[in-house]
Amino acid sequence: MIPPLAEVGFSEPWWVQVLAALFFAFVGLNLVPVVLLTERKVLGRFQNRYGPNRVGPFGILTPVADILKLLSKEQFRPRTAVGWLFVLAPILSITAAFGALAIIPYGNVNDVLGQPVGFYGIDVTIGPLYVFAFGAIAFYGLMLGGWSSGSKYSFLGSMRAAAQLISYEVAQGMALVGVIITAQTMSLTGIVNAQEGMWYIVPQFFGFVIFMVASFAETNRPPFDLVEADAELVGGYNTEFGGGKFALYYFAEYLNVIVISGMATTMFLGGWLLPFGISTPGWVGFFVVIVKMMLVVIVFIWIRATLPRLRYDQLMSLGWKVLLPLATLNMLVTAIVVTTS
Amino acid sequence: MSWDPGSDVVEVTRGPQKAGGAAGLYRAFGETLRGLKTTFGQLTSGVTTFQYPEEKIPVYPRFRGRHRLHRFEDSGLEKCVGCSLCAAACPADCIRVVAAENTPEHRVSAGERYAAVYEINLSRCIFCGYCEVACPFDAITMGHDFELSDYNRSDLIFTKEMLLAEPPDRTPLRAEGE
Repeated sequence: MIPPLAEVGFSEPWWVQVLAALFFAFVGLNLVPVVLLTERKVLGRFQNRYGPNRVGPFGILTPVADILKLLSKEQFRPRTAVGWLFVLAPILSITAAFGALAIIPYGNVNDVLGQPVGFYGIDVTIGPLYVFAFGAIAFYGLMLGGWSSGSKYSFLGSMRAAAQLISYEVAQGMALVGVIITAQTMSLTGIVNAQEGMWYIVPQFFGFVIFMVASFAETNRPPFDLVEADAELVGGYNTEFGGGKFALYYFAEYLNVIVISGMATTMFLGGWLLPFGISTPGWVGFFVVIVKMMLVVIVFIWIRATLPRLRYDQLMSLGWKVLLPLATLNMLVTAIVVTTS
Repeated sequence: MSWDPGSDVVEVTRGPQKAGGAAGLYRAFGETLRGLKTTFGQLTSGVTTFQYPEEKIPVYPRFRGRHRLHRFEDSGLEKCVGCSLCAAACPADCIRVVAAENTPEHRVSAGERYAAVYEINLSRCIFCGYCEVACPFDAITMGHDFELSDYNRSDLIFTKEMLLAEPPDRTPLRAEGE
């Protein structure tokens, strides 16, 4: 048995680890087209239209057509681009997104054909920090992508991305500290287990709101999509990318949305637990997590359909002057309540 | 110079100039929720899209679509007498008429002469309907057909046979009071 590289709560034999990793990567990969289609369909309904409905029945093959179209395009590179970085940047982005996907727990340790298997890629004891670490690497993907394109718009977009990600990562992290203090553990499975009885969205409601607002900024979603800001910046850091490289960026963006909704599900919405203490076999929990993640994604889409984009200075002042103090206050109050009770 | 505006003064209620601390935050949160409620209402109110090629919007009776030439219903003779008044009225100069004399053996129209050539260049036509107004015999009218795109410009020159032919029934007409 190979000892895992990270300090983990539970680990299986190596062959189970490989199979589980493949399985959860498969699940993540297949969630992306689902989220893509859900976004376009639901956004259409919000705007009183159907959304894509031409490819396949009800348009369910639209994401496949999108991806095929992107992959069959010419590989184009601007003359001013820095070659190897231009190729490396999207790969960094997608690698980081995939890495972060590994810790979303879909269930506790369950018996699969007599073999105990944890329903997660890896259960690291540092939990959310792992996600933030990969978020920081993903930021290299955006920054290098914008810089290596050799285009002013791309560079402006990636500079904005840098400032935005740094500002909002702080508030996002602080919002999660309240949960960690309440659960007394950083392991994500531990946090879900601690939510038996009451999901943390109730005692940590402010934490949840701050986390969600910061998450919109972290994933470059409207109303904080200044990084892309089609009206001002053409397309931001991915302006010069086309074909497969653009597909990677696009994929990474939606994977990040999935990871963030997975984090929200795990930290605040009780993970695989059902309300009112209904207990289910482990495999049901897997689908419970998927359903909850999709509900969070629909909230993301709902916000996108509602709010206009913020101005750049408003974005910065919201991050530093509103969200960060609120998150700190939330953390302090939680700490005082937990230690005194 | 002081002028009393009297009752012309309109008072405008503006929001506070500064964001205003906790109250501003609370207000922003409330307004966000109100916006979310509005968009959610749109989610349940259904779609307004027409699935165009399958589902067509009916046109009004006076809709000016592709032209039609007419015949007398009883005798089958063409109404057009080749007077070229439509061509004279056409501001886009897209109608070409060449008239010829009717003979007892070869009678095409009810009048003295008939249109040997009658062409409308629909890539020029602006669908103003002046030809319809100019025609003394109601020989040319604007139909309801508006799906006129083609791959070739020369295919958009409609000849007399095409204009006389019954158009394929593909444009729904709006019913009375619809």
